[in-house]
Amino acid sequence: MSSTSSPNVLGLAGRYALLTFIALIFIFPLVFMVMSSLKPDLQLLTDSKSIRAFLPVGDISLNNYFNAFKRAPVALFVFNSVFVTGTTVLLSIAICSLAAFSFVFLQWRGRDTTFALVLATLIVPFETIAIPLLLLVNNLPWIGTDGFSVGWLNSYRVQIVPFVADGLTVFLFVQYFKDLPRELVEAARVEGASWPQIYRKVVMPLSGPVVATAAILKFLAMYNQYLWPLMVTQAEQYRPVMVGLQYFFQLNRAWGEIMAYLSMITVPVLAFYLVLQRAFIASIAATGVKG
Amino acid sequence: MTTSSKLLSSNGAGWSMAGPAMALMALFIVAPFCLAFLLSFTNQRLVSPNPTQWVGVSNFTNLLSVGVIPLEPLKDDATGEVKKDEAGAPQYPATRSYTRNNPEHPYFDGMRDWFSVTLGTTRYAVVAHDVIFMKAIVNTLLFVIVVAPAQGALALLLALLINQRLTGINFYRAIYFMPVVVSIVVVSLLWRLIYAADGGMLNTILGALTFGAFKPVDWLGQPSMALWSITAMSIWQAVGFHMVIWLSGLQTIPATLYEASTIEGATGWQVFRYVTWPGLRNTAILVLIVITIQAFGLFAQIDVMTQGGPIDSTQTVVFQAIQRGYVKQDIAGGSTISVVLFVLVLSVSLLQRYLTRGSNR
Repeated sequence: MSSTSSPNVLGLAGRYALLTFIALIFIFPLVFMVMSSLKPDLQLLTDSKSIRAFLPVGDISLNNYFNAFKRAPVALFVFNSVFVTGTTVLLSIAICSLAAFSFVFLQWRGRDTTFALVLATLIVPFETIAIPLLLLVNNLPWIGTDGFSVGWLNSYRVQIVPFVADGLTVFLFVQYFKDLPRELVEAARVEGASWPQIYRKVVMPLSGPVVATAAILKFLAMYNQYLWPLMVTQAEQYRPVMVGLQYFFQLNRAWGEIMAYLSMITVPVLAFYLVLQRAFIASIAATGVKG
Repeated sequence: MTTSSKLLSSNGAGWSMAGPAMALMALFIVAPFCLAFLLSFTNQRLVSPNPTQWVGVSNFTNLLSVGVIPLEPLKDDATGEVKKDEAGAPQYPATRSYTRNNPEHPYFDGMRDWFSVTLGTTRYAVVAHDVIFMKAIVNTLLFVIVVAPAQGALALLLALLINQRLTGINFYRAIYFMPVVVSIVVVSLLWRLIYAADGGMLNTILGALTFGAFKPVDWLGQPSMALWSITAMSIWQAVGFHMVIWLSGLQTIPATLYEASTIEGATGWQVFRYVTWPGLRNTAILVLIVITIQAFGLFAQIDVMTQGGPIDSTQTVVFQAIQRGYVKQDIAGGSTISVVLFVLVLSVSLLQRYLTRGSNR
């Protein structure tokens, strides 16, 4: 706000105190998670009643991490999540940007109606289509290395293909492409470039920011997905990290191991976020612009 | 879309480039959306030896039927006086006499008690065919009604706080946004420990802050408290997201407007009321609609923290849809709930559009 004429020292200290207090509210569960992952169960529960919950004190070790690996196929879950998320992000950027290119730069019959339909999908929450989608994928055919089969449950494709094309990603690319100078495209057209060439050599090289935005949003949505993989991956072989969590609630529940597992699946994402902080925040802001 | 020269017109290339994305969206978004409506009129199961049959609107009536039974106090046959229980309250006949095999009231058949209100001497017993689903609708609406304004307003306060020129302000922005990148599943698990009744972190912190005056609360174990505990946690997790959207809205307001109002001697509140808020109108509508749509989808928190309990106090529409469609493999029942959910989301969104339409200046 505009009341920054010349704040006195006390006012400034007050502001930082308020900012810091709020920061503590947002960060304390995450600090608690990481610190607890280093402690034996008994100490973890006692410590959670005092300030020690947020400090690396007492009997500190990585034992919980080793035990977590013994209890569940953690590496497999991480691989599954990374594979599914990575593939979806890449395919989504390729396919949605291609569609957006067509919407913005080309004229074709039915274009505006189709785009209106794409926008309409934005108000359909995934939760309202999850159940019929479950029936649908259970009856979809597939031709793989082992021949023809029906039913997509328990596979990577059931976690990837339904999420490759979505209204938001197409919309983000359309917004960005609209602001690119059209003369570039028309000039390339006059020089005889084909549409795929213009897409690949003219438009996409200029689209770094929107690719980052779309990739980050898709990454967050996919990596953190829970409802869908819960329904379609009964087989351990294809489970992602969020569903793999269930292993830690069977039989004897060990909070130390749970905290170690939570840290393993969360801290890399947080580190990734902190490094690319500006891009993350810009990508969220992009969903609000002109919305 | 702006129209442009003939040079850019091409039906074949246009369709083939948009084709893959449109085909995928048709198959995985539009088709299941339409399927939900179709399936809600059938008895479809995920796997079944029997062929699927049309069942008309019975899925909807089973889900949504409610009735009101007016009950007069029981009178003593001999004296004609109202019967009282030990506490001196009048006694009423059981609704069971209406809802169990009573040929005079076929509509009430199979319904169960939901709640009752007493007006004068008459007690109105509200019965429903699917009491759990009724509770799920009420809980979901309560959640939406509280989360949408509370989260929107808190996010705006944070955005105003973060929009200052201070050294290190980006560091604070980064921290406030942090929970957004953490999975709601992870967040829900952490808060289960924080909310624990016995020696939980929140009770300990509140006790320390009030020098022991605070009585420990079973945040997730009390029917009157569980939904609000989940609400608070949900706001905590997502508020940073909308803070960033408000921030981008704030940054579109021209600095000259602020300068002008400072010269005119406007107070902080006046600046907010007449410069900042009008400039945020479109952002406000977007934030409200996005939070509302997200809030209707409340599921993971419930699945991880309470499973709908205690005593159905945290049942939600999506949790019920998944219970039936996936856990019980009753695709038709789950689809019916999905249709009800979509109608709810759509009507609330349209209502919000309608209410925010008038103030356009």
